[in-house]
Amino acid sequence: MKVAICAYGAGNVRSVELALRRLGAESCRAERPAQVRDADLAVLPGVGSAGLAMAGLAARGLDEALLERAAAGRPTLGICLGLQLALDETEEDGGVAGLGLVPGRAVRLRAERVPRIGWATVEPAGEAFWFAHSYAAETPAATATSEGIVAVAEHESFLGVQFHPEKSGAAGARWLERCLSRV
Amino acid sequence: MPLPRLIPCLDVANGRVVKGVRFEDLRDVGDPVELGAAYSDAGADELVFLDVSATVESSASALDVAGRVAEHVSIPFTFGGGIRTLEDAAAVLEAGADKVSVNSAALARPQLIEELAAALGSQAVVVAIDTVDDRVRSHAATRDAARETVAWARECEARGAGELLVTSIDRDGTRDGYDLELLGRLRDAVSLPVIASGGAGTAAHVADALGISQAALLASILHEQPARLVTLRDELRALGVLLRDAA
Repeated sequence: MKVAICAYGAGNVRSVELALRRLGAESCRAERPAQVRDADLAVLPGVGSAGLAMAGLAARGLDEALLERAAAGRPTLGICLGLQLALDETEEDGGVAGLGLVPGRAVRLRAERVPRIGWATVEPAGEAFWFAHSYAAETPAATATSEGIVAVAEHESFLGVQFHPEKSGAAGARWLERCLSRV
Repeated sequence: MPLPRLIPCLDVANGRVVKGVRFEDLRDVGDPVELGAAYSDAGADELVFLDVSATVESSASALDVAGRVAEHVSIPFTFGGGIRTLEDAAAVLEAGADKVSVNSAALARPQLIEELAAALGSQAVVVAIDTVDDRVRSHAATRDAARETVAWARECEARGAGELLVTSIDRDGTRDGYDLELLGRLRDAVSLPVIASGGAGTAAHVADALGISQAALLASILHEQPARLVTLRDELRALGVLLRDAA
């Protein structure tokens, strides 16, 4: 299986790479559109701000490549900011247009403490995963939540998670393994 | 709210975990990757590595440590010590760390917090505050930073910090309990998560801190013994603290 991790200057690429390697899956750091377009699975990681991240994707033509693979029905996994970038838009950085792969928008969290950092239980699975975010998705495509916040969203061939499976210990490894087995 | 967090802290120098009193008389107590992985297996929610030598030679080895920890540990970790620029911080995250911790460099040039937050996201920026008697200390707590603790905490938040790691220096290593009064004032003053540090001697101390702050840093209470974390977690559960099921 060819896994391409989008390397666009705004993702914790190495953490994802290492988590996949622990599961026996080799991946490549994809900076060129063809690598992203043609992979069996593309991973869109993301930390940092939405504006810089979208600019980083566009500068490398990876935004188009992600749209092309979605049109061809190939699976993509978005992690944290990677999920938020897949939405129609985000209100971060004064409003940034997203990829439009998943209906909805990312909004500033109204939690008691922001950033929302820590392990929190995801329902219906009932397991705790690692979260570190200040924005969250509002989407009809949500399939799991954590404290009322969208934790997983799935639309056509795009699967997005707000938590970081690559940093969620044993629970995260099990989640990633299930994800890989679906490809 | 996410679950309360237990965060073992490992002091490192020249690629090894060290133990000493106030950064002096350091002695080697192990390999950071082995000890970090053992704490992770024992149920740690995160790890903090602090480079206590923070010399030029040590910062190269610190980067190597971050890279090796990332290979073997699948829970989040923070790296601090000697980070003075955005480039320093970006290199540590690129190596696989999740957050950087800045202290003296942020006091010397508070704009650094904004630069880090803009480029890396607030969630990756921990500002460590060493405090005695409501005054902030810098340079491994050896100097007065001419700032009041709660005011500096507020400024860190306004500048984009993602978390505050607050160490009561006069409690550090005493095992007399955290400075709950200060933690309470910080809870009310900022809406960032706060990591309490300094003074943990018993599970009850940790439980008290977690009733106010979002996380507790664990240093001398663990004695570099991961097995101690297992029993501490059991004791905390018995005291009614809801911890993550790490299995």
